Amino acid sequence: MVRRSPITNMFAGSPVKPLQEHMKKVHECAKTLEPFFKAVLKKDYNQVNVLFKQIHNLEVEADDLKHELRIHLPNSLFMPMPRERILDIVTVQDRIANTAKHVAGMVNGRKMQFPDEIAEFMTAYVECCISTSRQAKRIINELDELVEVGFRGREVNSVEEMINDLDKIEYEADKLEHQINNALFVIEKSLDPIDAVFLYRVIREVGEVADIAQRVGARLELLLAR
Amino acid sequence: MDILVSNSTILIGMAVVFGVFMAWGIGANDVANAMGTSVGSKALTFRQAVIIAAIFECAGAVLAGGEVTKTIRKGIVDVSSLGDTPELLVYGMLASLLAAGIWLMVATRMGWPVSTTHSIVGAIVGFGAVGIGMEAVQWGKVGTIAMSWVTSPLLAGAIAFALFRSIQKLIIDTDDPFAKAKKYVPYYIFLVGFIMAMVTLLKGLKHVGVKLPFEQNMLYATVIGLIVASIGTIMIKRLKFDAKLDKKFHYTNMEKIFGVLMIFTAIAMAFAHGSNDVANAIGPVAAVVGIVQSAGEIAVKSATPVWILVLGGAGIVFGLVTYGHKVIATVGSGITELTPSRGFAATLGAATTVVFASGTGLPISTTHTLVGAVLGVGLARGIGALNIGVIQTIFLSWIVTLPAGAILSIFFFFTFKGFFS
Repeated sequence: MVRRSPITNMFAGSPVKPLQEHMKKVHECAKTLEPFFKAVLKKDYNQVNVLFKQIHNLEVEADDLKHELRIHLPNSLFMPMPRERILDIVTVQDRIANTAKHVAGMVNGRKMQFPDEIAEFMTAYVECCISTSRQAKRIINELDELVEVGFRGREVNSVEEMINDLDKIEYEADKLEHQINNALFVIEKSLDPIDAVFLYRVIREVGEVADIAQRVGARLELLLAR
Repeated sequence: MDILVSNSTILIGMAVVFGVFMAWGIGANDVANAMGTSVGSKALTFRQAVIIAAIFECAGAVLAGGEVTKTIRKGIVDVSSLGDTPELLVYGMLASLLAAGIWLMVATRMGWPVSTTHSIVGAIVGFGAVGIGMEAVQWGKVGTIAMSWVTSPLLAGAIAFALFRSIQKLIIDTDDPFAKAKKYVPYYIFLVGFIMAMVTLLKGLKHVGVKLPFEQNMLYATVIGLIVASIGTIMIKRLKFDAKLDKKFHYTNMEKIFGVLMIFTAIAMAFAHGSNDVANAIGPVAAVVGIVQSAGEIAVKSATPVWILVLGGAGIVFGLVTYGHKVIATVGSGITELTPSRGFAATLGAATTVVFASGTGLPISTTHTLVGAVLGVGLARGIGALNIGVIQTIFLSWIVTLPAGAILSIFFFFTFKGFFS
């Protein structure tokens, strides 16, 4: 006969670890865009297809983690961060994976080719966008430290700095996007019109990964502002 | 009168059996809540927790359990109103023990949240008001006790909040939390030793026959605090740290130091719990023994005999050894999100409140006090996620337990009365 203990009942599972797990999975998914585009530029479409499947699977896994987290976050919880914010962050995080999957699906499905004029920019651009996702992951990884310090003081400052860095990386990605768009604009008349439209679209969606990653940082900043 | 004399052995025998059964129940179930935070924060292995609980629950019961025992024994029902029918109090106290014991068993089996303290107080008020008469119950005192059930979680929460904010300021939010922890944790250990020693010296020991002037108490408490702090300092020195661990989570080594503090806080908690909860089991026993042995004279003055306190302490240890160790493991493993720094703030907040209540003679619920303390740390944004549905459970346990204890004890009271006369 063990009496139900109010003390044990009190300690609910913190959403911090699941949130970090989710972000880790999301970043793994985004990161795969790098080998993916490498294969695309090499026109190795078998490899492209393999990597697309990998991205797709990672996205599905991230989705599962997202659902798991939401289910275990009833509104009777008392947390150092508002529940809505946590749910918000996980939604934004998840969109990184969604976008990565979408862009990979588009490139794979159409067997897209990148003209040499923009190919050289493309590698750097994709890497930069992945960096924003990496930085967002680092910031989310500080959440357990933030809980440990009770969202106060030095740790908060260091996280704010990390968010500043995230903004800088995203700005770099923006600049690269402009350059690629300009390079593409110069040669667009020589391309098949539909191919050109889709190239613009792929460029935008890769940039979207960086935009959303930046938003993850912005949402976390709202937790600090209380 | 004759009833008491002719049945003295059987009455005392029943009281002792019921009392030991209650004490067993406290050791089996309630101790786990007091030790849960220490095991859950991994500052203690569950075996260490059982050993600490066995020693210090007993010490708390014997050294500082006298005041609450007095309240249960003669603070709730006005013994002077009984006049020439002292046997009524004997029946009532036996009925209360039996009622509380049975109610706790039933509730535990059904998985309802109940408090030992509330059961026994409800039972005593019940037989007093119905069996003897409304005027027999000292409603003023009962009011104070009921108030303390609200204020004790609040006070514990406030202390825990303040403690946690102080370690945030002094240790966690600094350039080198690890070095600061090494520096300040011994002071906190001193504080733990000092508070426990002070309350025990001031309020507890007079039941063991020791009474010292205030200045001398102060001196002894300081000395005890210093001894405890230096033991703690040595323990911290002997810890092994691994800088690599801080890569993954920056505060791993700092928390190790808090682990030492948590050991002392766990001791304080076991002591405090013993000092308050033992009365639930042996307060009524002391009342019965007091009346029966003086052959009907209701002794208003006499102190609680030490052997009864020892009996209660031994009963708790018995419950702990036979069954409680399992419950401690269950409760401890259910608490996963607590680090030693938070565990310390919450447990010391609760232990301080409980030991003060023990000194003042107020029977309170250790579990509810601890819940208040944990919420206090939560309010300081210190804990990942807390289920505040627990507060509802606490109110529910008040509403359910008090009447249940009362009704059962009224029933047993009239049964005993009919049986013996």
